Amino acid sequence: MDLIYHSADVLLGTFKDVLPIIGVIMFFQLIVIRTRIDNPGKLAYGFFLVVIGLAIFMIGLEKGLFPLGEAMSRQLTDADFLANGDIPLLEEIKKTGTVYPSLYFWTYIFGFCIGFSTTIAEPALIAVALKAKEVSTGAISSWGLRLAVALGVAIGISLGCYRIVTGSPLHWYIIAGYLVVVCLTFVAPKMIIPLAYDSGGVTTSTVTVPLVAALGIGLASNVPGRSVIVDAFGLIAFASLFPIISVLGYGIISERIANKSRRKSVRGT
Amino acid sequence: MIAFFIKLAKNIFSVFLNILPILVVVTSFQLFVIKQPFPDIASTISGMILVLVGLFFFIQGLEIGLFPIGEKMAFQFSAKGNIWWLLIFGFAIGFSTTIAEPALIAIAKKAGEIAAEASAIPHTKESIASYAFWLRMTVALSVGSAISVGVLRIVKGWPVHWFIIIGYIFIIILTNFAPKEIVGIAYDSGGVTTSCITVPLVAALGVGLATCIRGRNPIVDGFGLIAFASLTPIFFVMLYGIIIY
Repeated sequence: MDLIYHSADVLLGTFKDVLPIIGVIMFFQLIVIRTRIDNPGKLAYGFFLVVIGLAIFMIGLEKGLFPLGEAMSRQLTDADFLANGDIPLLEEIKKTGTVYPSLYFWTYIFGFCIGFSTTIAEPALIAVALKAKEVSTGAISSWGLRLAVALGVAIGISLGCYRIVTGSPLHWYIIAGYLVVVCLTFVAPKMIIPLAYDSGGVTTSTVTVPLVAALGIGLASNVPGRSVIVDAFGLIAFASLFPIISVLGYGIISERIANKSRRKSVRGT
Repeated sequence: MIAFFIKLAKNIFSVFLNILPILVVVTSFQLFVIKQPFPDIASTISGMILVLVGLFFFIQGLEIGLFPIGEKMAFQFSAKGNIWWLLIFGFAIGFSTTIAEPALIAIAKKAGEIAAEASAIPHTKESIASYAFWLRMTVALSVGSAISVGVLRIVKGWPVHWFIIIGYIFIIILTNFAPKEIVGIAYDSGGVTTSCITVPLVAALGVGLATCIRGRNPIVDGFGLIAFASLTPIFFVMLYGIIIY
């Protein structure tokens, strides 16, 4: 009974969330462009699926994805796991309540793996990479771009976990990252710049975001000395910033390689 | 009919592809690194299945209902060439798709719960909901205005990186004034907003515009809208934080 009530609640919420889009489409279609909607039945069916799908997704998120991220971070930060059978170390952790940041290396590796694997398979990124290859007439290879973005996300999340563990202020990392982005922008080939900036936002998908957020929240609440409200968020920001750097880097390197081979072929003839 | 089933299978596969890497990484960590039984495994698995099914319906519905009409409208407005309507349309699309963005709904709710737990806001259901709602409104308004400015940029052909660099400078300055509690969620909201609804529609608008306007290169001018949309929420969410704390 509780579940039914909860589901109805979620369903109503998602309906409200989708309402603005319906409003925008109706307004522009009927009042501004003044054409009839081609296939209203299909449109209504599509929106019905969107509302239902969103509701099921939200329920699944609460039951599955959020607990998964939080459970993983709880297990990875467990004192027994960290000490790994080293009794004096375990006692020291329990006594002082402080842990060396290096002891959390499995957390960093986990962050790296989650970032890399979810990004390399991300459909939105695959679509962007193919489109980029198409409009650049092959100058940007689709696999190279995907690899660059995935590495960027992986390094970003891993470093973000390290930041949560050490509790250092988020904005220093972000400012340093931005500075690197700005510097690289001036050296990078012009063609890659907008693509690089976009790749930051595209990569973090609907499934990855809640999981990564839950990981951050779990870390901030389990690592001794961290405050959830100050330290929990920021992983997604890292995951959006680092791909910009790695894609710009990829652009610079691939231009260098292309130039070198061109020079070689000129000399060869 | 066959084409329909191929498309269906492709969609199921692409949703599954979203979950598969997570399953592989989590399972191998459980088996080889943590070596402990996973808590609540049945509930987690059923939740994951719901996420899969829900996302499948959601994307299916978008492809049937929203994307064709949205893309068509984006191209119609680009071809029509009335700059004011184009700007308004850009704003409306950015705003409305952000409100429906699933990842943002989830994150905003979590942020509300965390703020309540840290007693930054009263611990009631209403105040959590209103915090989450206004967080999303802030983000949606900033995405809307970002798309408008981005459209203007494409029409005028201004280079994208100046906007981005100036935006970054503003963000860095504002960070020094923003309360510590909001900085994390503000930076995160930039990446969260542009996800499965916003990206396809906004990209269609950008590429449509760059293709329709003579002398524009779709790759240099068409992309870049999403970058704007990930930048402005950071700024405005920090402003929101300054106001509410």
